Amino acid sequence: MLELRSVNAGYGTFQALFDVNLDVRAGEAVGVIGPNGAGKTTLMRVISGLIRPSRGSIAMEGVDVLATPPHKIVSLGIAHVPENRRLFPQLSVDDNLKMGAFLKEARGQYAERLEVVFELFPRLKERRHQMAGTMSGGEQQMCAIGRALMSNPKLLLLDEPSAGLAPVVVQQVFELVKRIRASGLTVLIVEQNVQQVLKVVDRAYLIEAGTIRASGTSAEMLASDTVKEAYLGV
Amino acid sequence: MQAVLDIFDIYLLEAVINGILLGGVLALLALGLNLIFGVIDVTWICYAELVMIGMYAMYFMVQYYGISYFIAAPLTILLVAILGALLHYLVIAPLLTAPPINQLLATGGVLFVLQSFATVAFGIDFRNLGIRLPVLAFGDMNFSYARLLSFLAALVGMVAVYLFMTRTFTGTAIRAISQDRQIMALMGVDTKRIYLITSAIGGGLAGLAACLLVLQYDVHPFVGLSFGPITFLICVLGGLGNFIGGFIAAFVFAEIISLGGLFSDLEWGYVLAFAFFIVMMFIRPAGLLARRR
Repeated sequence: MLELRSVNAGYGTFQALFDVNLDVRAGEAVGVIGPNGAGKTTLMRVISGLIRPSRGSIAMEGVDVLATPPHKIVSLGIAHVPENRRLFPQLSVDDNLKMGAFLKEARGQYAERLEVVFELFPRLKERRHQMAGTMSGGEQQMCAIGRALMSNPKLLLLDEPSAGLAPVVVQQVFELVKRIRASGLTVLIVEQNVQQVLKVVDRAYLIEAGTIRASGTSAEMLASDTVKEAYLGV
Repeated sequence: MQAVLDIFDIYLLEAVINGILLGGVLALLALGLNLIFGVIDVTWICYAELVMIGMYAMYFMVQYYGISYFIAAPLTILLVAILGALLHYLVIAPLLTAPPINQLLATGGVLFVLQSFATVAFGIDFRNLGIRLPVLAFGDMNFSYARLLSFLAALVGMVAVYLFMTRTFTGTAIRAISQDRQIMALMGVDTKRIYLITSAIGGGLAGLAACLLVLQYDVHPFVGLSFGPITFLICVLGGLGNFIGGFIAAFVFAEIISLGGLFSDLEWGYVLAFAFFIVMMFIRPAGLLARRR
């Protein structure tokens, strides 16, 4: 479904990604793990068009992502839940979700999508008139994921969904990711919480200093010495 | 009825109500300027000059070509809306990432261009529509029908903008954009297009204000100076970019002008308003309702 080929990207003179190759097949959940500053967020931003790679190619279902203007990438079926959620803090939950359905294609299904999101996150329905910025971290994460789901995407990009949340809430978030997966959505998830994320995904990539160091199924990654030593503390 | 009204000082009440009526149009102007500042983060120094062009458009359509006022008004709103969009496209868009001082200088330049254009094209004569609307007598009080009409039309205009901003996808995007510009693309929003639409709405509000002001004031190339500075003061007093603050500040200013004018001359009303502004800037430098971040 999604194909990255020798993608190089960075900010100004600083290069964050070096020759990254990555594949996500339809229906899969794929994890990207690695330390802080390894380029995980840059990878997500490159896919959703927030930054442009200096070299390489990205294709979504055969369509050249780099030839698509950033604001049209959503309509290829890619929805990005950014790092730190990035809700519109002074808009209500309803209005935040409305922004997620801004696409022409999504507007027609606004009511149905809202049903789906509220069913997945009953909490959001209770808080629909509340300012998004006044909710708890977990609720905000739900709202951010809900907002991304409003566009009826095929591929959901989740950037550190567990960051800054209490352990109990982290559990809930991963539970949600499982449910979203079960609904047939393809998921690419970036996480520092390696133990948790490997329970949810089918495959994972290990990225360090902007380079893919290892990849394999969750079981292989859990067994891999590199991952074990560096991230699982075994 | 008369007995009830006698309790108040009739002139005081008249001045208070006239202040409210004046506040409506000022609030409309402040809304347009605040919208541009809140969304695009630039200040259109030449905002009142767009109003001036709109007033000339009304004058020529109604006086020269004999078009009915009610047909000319929507055409003027449309014309100034297009002007607003053009101003954004030609002047602001290339300077979006430039330092704010450059944007100020550029729109300040447009102010002089528009004033000079009007002087050359239309001359410095004071012109008016020649429509004399009746004066409404209510008890011992007199209200200008034109002011009442302007107040109501300004309210309708503001309610229309409010509904657009809260009910539509595009309006919601206009409110969202100032809170997080970078991620708008993730929502599928083309920020350039939203800026253009916002500029057209800002222009349209200037056009509506022009249709209303032309009923009460003569048109001349420098008529913008009568509303421009006061509109800026209102926006700053209310907190730049704060719609509700601007709305309240418009009525505060209008009352000061109107009541000040009651106790002495109308000009003193303006002096009092400006003095009040200076004092307020010391007390609340960020505005009555400081914009929350």
